[in-house]
Amino acid sequence: MRIAIASGKGGAGKTCVAASLSRVWPRPRIAVDADVEAPNLHIFLQPVLDAPEPWHLAVPAGLTSACTACGACRDICRYSAIARFGKKIKLFPDMCHGCGGCFAVCPEQALTEGKRELGSVARGKAAFGVPYIEGATRVGEVMTPPLLRRLLACAGEMAQANARAQGAEPDLICDCPPGVSCPAVTAARHAQALVMVADPTPFGFHDFTLAWQAFSQLPLKLGCVINRAAMPGNAGGDERVRAFCRERGLPVLAELPFEREAALAYSQGRLLADISPAWRQRFEELAARMLEAFRNCDQAGCLDKGGRHARLS
Amino acid sequence: MRGFREIVVISGKGGTGKTSVCAAFAALARKAVVCDLDVDVPDLHIVLSPTPRETHDFLGGNKAVIDQQACVQCGQCRELCRFGAVLERDGSFEVDTLACEGCGVCQTLCPQQAIAFPEALCGTWSVSATRFGTLVHAQLVPGQENSGKLVQVLKTRAREEAEKEGASILLCDGSPGIGCPVIASLSGASLACAVVEPTLSGLHDFQRVAGVCRQFRIPVAVIVNRADLNPEAAGEFRKLCSREGHAFLGEIPFDPAFPQACVQGLAVTERDGPCQRRIRQIWDRLLALDPAALRGQRQGPLLKPLS
Repeated sequence: MRIAIASGKGGAGKTCVAASLSRVWPRPRIAVDADVEAPNLHIFLQPVLDAPEPWHLAVPAGLTSACTACGACRDICRYSAIARFGKKIKLFPDMCHGCGGCFAVCPEQALTEGKRELGSVARGKAAFGVPYIEGATRVGEVMTPPLLRRLLACAGEMAQANARAQGAEPDLICDCPPGVSCPAVTAARHAQALVMVADPTPFGFHDFTLAWQAFSQLPLKLGCVINRAAMPGNAGGDERVRAFCRERGLPVLAELPFEREAALAYSQGRLLADISPAWRQRFEELAARMLEAFRNCDQAGCLDKGGRHARLS
Repeated sequence: MRGFREIVVISGKGGTGKTSVCAAFAALARKAVVCDLDVDVPDLHIVLSPTPRETHDFLGGNKAVIDQQACVQCGQCRELCRFGAVLERDGSFEVDTLACEGCGVCQTLCPQQAIAFPEALCGTWSVSATRFGTLVHAQLVPGQENSGKLVQVLKTRAREEAEKEGASILLCDGSPGIGCPVIASLSGASLACAVVEPTLSGLHDFQRVAGVCRQFRIPVAVIVNRADLNPEAAGEFRKLCSREGHAFLGEIPFDPAFPQACVQGLAVTERDGPCQRRIRQIWDRLLALDPAALRGQRQGPLLKPLS
């Protein structure tokens, strides 16, 4: 089963939940950090990593003398990566989205292909032995989704390799990027089930409703975790999230209480599931509820509206 | 005051308090135009209660659509698509809209001209009046893309508003991360103001976004929010700033006044208290910074050359 841990608002507690779930999950699993712009899962899982594998985008890098400056490449490019100054074509590979249109239309095949590094994917093992994989965008890189797709494909391969070696296919527990646009949706649509981590503040609630609008369109089973619940003076905020979930049939899988101790542990990079038996139990219960709520969602035909699920690897 | 400046509030990690601090600054600023560049999940309007003066559709993100009648199933579109967005099912081809990057290559090269390329409504944007002045803001349709382009639209308009009003400050609330919307937000900014939290995650993500600022030669000023949560980590930020040449503006302790103000739809600086005075001090320091001088201190490389 491929489970995404997502939220609309940043800082709602995705990483915190994903890290502790990876720790207590009762079945074989792989921890995946798909928040490639700001990956933090490694801080909590302390993985030993293999060498990162860079991933590139094929971009136009140069022109041979065959170029007649006809401008066909410029005309097809929608990303301002190609310009023509007088009788000269100029390339701006940093702007390229890698659509390959320029190579396809050039009548002289005068463009040479180069590579722009998007970032890298690294595999390893968490300190407590669980397989781990993460992606990290190159600092300064604009495009996030292609690296994310590469990471998710690698995670799928890793799951299959583990399945061959151990008999059972591990579940993927995937820490997603924040927001509700391309990066978050790219990660979410590769999952079969998604946990929305809600922050019950006014900002958090607003972003949670946006996240619901985005994720409820996808063929996914959804559940909600209310983080920082029971904050002094915010009973109304908690209730607003609960009511929203009730009205939409979204199961509330856990309410994790706001505690200063927990916030401190988080700030130090410690796993909440390890700070006390009470916290460990909270995550064990959350895992059990998830397995119940998301039961069968990895079975063929369970949620498949258009064959999207089957395309991970 | 040293002329017009464009300040973009960033963080790297999400949830550090960008929007709350930005709202607090908006309440203190005189002659400022405010712009919410977190078009994906904008929150500033919750505190600023804007009254739109004008609202526009944001069109963009064209998506390919295959006309099944005209299609002869040659499969060229699938061959050409580098985003895996053309799916073959039972001998016919269709476009997976979410995977479609909107490059238009399939449309341009389809031998049957069987592919349409309609523009999609990706969101709306408004210029609004608020009690703190003009706010330029937007809402991307959840699940839509092109947030970078929408950020550019907002910035262009906000700059025009600032010029029209003779505002000396354009105050922008940015988004988390280091990708397309953040880079679009930073483009042309005088100064990035990072609101960070004293956690290992916060420290890690700040260094990444500061790296982006370095590449684009934008000076960075740092505010540690909820600093008393982990004074040791807060101290790390202070050291990092002096090592890297960022301006350290100060610390804001955790204060229930923040969430309380938010619940009431107020900026925290609309009430008085110790935390408010601290924020005012930080704001004054921010205004006293000379971005040009800060930029001069940086020795960062320009954009990394391509391999």
